[in-house]
Amino acid sequence: MLILSCPVCGVTAEETEFQGGGEAHLKRFGPGASEDDFEGYLFMRENPRGVHFERWRHAYGCGKWFHAARCTTTLEVFGIYSAQTTEPPKDLRDKISEKRPNWAWREFE
Amino acid sequence: MSEPITALGGASADNGIATLAEAPLQGMITLRGDLTASAVKKAATSASGTAMPDQGMVTAEKDRALCWMSPDELLLLCPYDAVGETLDRMHKVLAKSHALAVNVSDARAMFRVSGVGGREVMAKLSPVDLAPDQFTPGMFRRTRLAQVPAAFWMPEEEAFHIICFRSQAQYVFDLLTVAAQPGSSVGVYQE
Repeated sequence: MLILSCPVCGVTAEETEFQGGGEAHLKRFGPGASEDDFEGYLFMRENPRGVHFERWRHAYGCGKWFHAARCTTTLEVFGIYSAQTTEPPKDLRDKISEKRPNWAWREFE
Repeated sequence: MSEPITALGGASADNGIATLAEAPLQGMITLRGDLTASAVKKAATSASGTAMPDQGMVTAEKDRALCWMSPDELLLLCPYDAVGETLDRMHKVLAKSHALAVNVSDARAMFRVSGVGGREVMAKLSPVDLAPDQFTPGMFRRTRLAQVPAAFWMPEEEAFHIICFRSQAQYVFDLLTVAAQPGSSVGVYQE
C-alpha cells in the first residue's frame, strides 16, 4: 500500500486518506498556443515504470495539495515536497539519483 | 423559535465491545485565517480560554476546546448556548483581519465512544495508527471513518469524541454500531 506523509499537517497515512491529482509539473498552454502544444498539455502524460512525480491532496485531512516523488513499481516514496513549486527540489533529485541511477522524467534527470 | 435537537436524538448503544453515545448539542465555531497573525491568535485564545494548539493537537479548558484542523483552520468547541456571544466577541477582535469565524454547530454531529474496546472500534474504521503509544489524549486527527470524513480526539484515556457532518450522522452511528457489535473484539491492543 502506498504510504504518504502530508508536508502541510505532518500526518503519515495510507493512500485512501489522500486523493491523487495526476501528473506534476504540467506546463499550461492556453489561448494563443499552437495546436501541438495545447494537445500536449491536454493529453500527453508520462506513464513511467519507475520514478514518477505526482500531485496529491490530503482530501480527508487538512485538504492541502502537495507533490510526491515515488516509484510506480515498488511504491517507494522518494520524497514529498511543497505544492508551491514548478520543479522537484535539487536535493530530492539527487536522492533519487542515488537510488535509481540514470532516471529521467520529462525534462528532469 | 424552533427547538434545537441533535441529529439522532441522543442515540446510544452499550451492548457491544464499547459504549456508543451521540453527544448532546455541542457549540462549534470554525475559524479560518492566518494562524500566525496576532489578531487571529487572540480571537481564538480569548474565546476558548485555552492556549493555541500545536499542529495536530487539541487544547481543552473546562467546557471549551481549540482543535487544530489545518494550517489555516481551527475549530473552537464551546457550550451550544454560548456560541452567539462567543462569536460576537471573536468578530470584534477580528474586525480588521482577513479571517472568517462561523457558527457550524448545526452542521455537525458528535459521538462519544468509550470503554476498553474503544480503540479497537476506531481502528476498524479509520486508517490511523491507534496503538496506545501512537495516538494519545491531546492529539487531534482529521481522517475518514469508512467512507465519510470525520475528526476525532481522545479527551481522556479510553474515550474518543468523533465529529462528522450532521447529514452523515446515521451512517457514522451505524458504522460504530457494527464495529462495536458484541463478540467482535479482535484484542489487538490488549496484552
